Amino acid sequence: MIRDITIGQYYPSDSRIHKLDPRVKIVSTLLYLISLFTFKSIIGYALATLFLFFCVRMSKVPFKFIVKGLKPIIILLMITVVFNLFLTPGGKLLFHAGVFKITEQGLRTAVYMGIRLIYLIMGSSLMTLTTTPNQLTDGIERLLRPLNRLNVPVHEIAMMMSIALRFIPILLEETDKIMKAQIARGADLESGNIIQKAKAMVPILVPLFVSAFRRANDLAMAMEARCYRGGEGRTKMKPLVYRSSDRIAYGIVLAYVITAFVAGRYIPFKIWIF
Amino acid sequence: MSMIKTKKLIFEYEKRDEEGKVIGMNRAVDEVDLKIEPGQFIAILGHNGSGKSTLAKHMNAILVPTEGTMWVDGKDTRQEETLWDVRQSAGMVFQNPDNQIIGTVVEEDVGFGPENLGIPTDEIWERVEASLKAVGMIEYRKSSPNKLSGGQKQRVAIAGVVAMRPKCIVLDEPTAMLDPNGRKEVLRTVEELRRREKVTVILITHYMEEVIDADQVFVMDHGHIVMQGTPREIFSQVELLKKYRLDVPQVTILADELKRRGLDIPSGILRKEELVEALCQLN
Repeated sequence: MIRDITIGQYYPSDSRIHKLDPRVKIVSTLLYLISLFTFKSIIGYALATLFLFFCVRMSKVPFKFIVKGLKPIIILLMITVVFNLFLTPGGKLLFHAGVFKITEQGLRTAVYMGIRLIYLIMGSSLMTLTTTPNQLTDGIERLLRPLNRLNVPVHEIAMMMSIALRFIPILLEETDKIMKAQIARGADLESGNIIQKAKAMVPILVPLFVSAFRRANDLAMAMEARCYRGGEGRTKMKPLVYRSSDRIAYGIVLAYVITAFVAGRYIPFKIWIF
Repeated sequence: MSMIKTKKLIFEYEKRDEEGKVIGMNRAVDEVDLKIEPGQFIAILGHNGSGKSTLAKHMNAILVPTEGTMWVDGKDTRQEETLWDVRQSAGMVFQNPDNQIIGTVVEEDVGFGPENLGIPTDEIWERVEASLKAVGMIEYRKSSPNKLSGGQKQRVAIAGVVAMRPKCIVLDEPTAMLDPNGRKEVLRTVEELRRREKVTVILITHYMEEVIDADQVFVMDHGHIVMQGTPREIFSQVELLKKYRLDVPQVTILADELKRRGLDIPSGILRKEELVEALCQLN
């Protein structure tokens, strides 16, 4: 049951996108997401769609993997679309039944909002699917380094993230073990309503927390014994270096962002109301 | 210069009651005088709570003495300025294999120590490769540590220490959480390292079988060093060892019993073959 959770799911492959520097992927994803919110007409979204499909093809990640990422947000998506559809005033009235009214403006916002949300999730899933959690933390650490001057402990945050990732499988295994141990002692984890089930979790969470603290303590000692003293004076085994493919990727993304921004905002092209 | 030297080393910690109030002091290590020369294989034996792990943590300056002094490679462990030199010259391997691996990939974990020392990238790669080869884990370099067995994880941890090029490796009960196979695996690795890299090895354990090859054995009880000598000298005092609640190997007990019943065999027999040999010599 617990083992189904996959955080930072990664789809191993050797595509060009997988091999890009994580910084390129993080920055490009951010730019792509921002671009989605600048369009005023359908032409911008058409370009965004093309670009997204181009990237998915390049990454060799099966399309259904990326669609899978949409599952958890389906409810949120429905709510957003429905609310926008019925509650936005403005424009010609298209449909009217009792209190439900759909205006031209409403239909437009609903469709745009839906597309934006879907692409937002697809774009960021593509990033996590093609980047290992480790590369991701490395990339974030490097990108946020300027914040060091504002006394933000960037290295420490990145270190915490990568240690957390390392301990997820260990703690999951431990949870499993504790659950079995408690079931063997007669704990009833399955029956009852939600409150009873939550109460039944207490004898699992308490030992789990105790052991997590013990592990943290041990790990801190082991790190100190291996001369860990924060980010200062530390060298990298796998430093991030931009290669020519990374520069080309930046170029392609910039070209997309500029074209889509200009086309989506200033080219007066319309299909019906969009 | 000795690798490790202590003078009247005392370590105390507060004993607390259930509400966290201090009710007294506990002496984990009591006036220990110790001298370990470079290149030696030293074993420290002791029952649970004998203070052997506390002593080991002093060698890496994780703990500092309450009284007395400890020198590692000539440096006082209490000196802040040389703290990191001490930690680099005395590497430490702990008991729990899961809780000392930091990296999410084997090779990244081995590189963790050198990264902290500020070694240039190229040299880190060389060191990682050399130390993974030294412990025989090179083919697992890209694996996730979660997929390894306990013995393999412990070998990775040893590689992580070796990559820092220490003069001395302190192993704090490295086999306590392993199955017999894993235990053998780790001991073989340590033995090979000692022969090839000529580092000082300090093995802390409560398994007497593991200390047979040591140059010198210290036995601890209640924070004191109570016995000291070569394995043979130590193993010949079976009664005393039992008093310190150590599990004496069966061969040694058997040989001791036979000797006391009047058989003419040497004392301090460590291996089965030795006993067989001694028995065959009888007429």
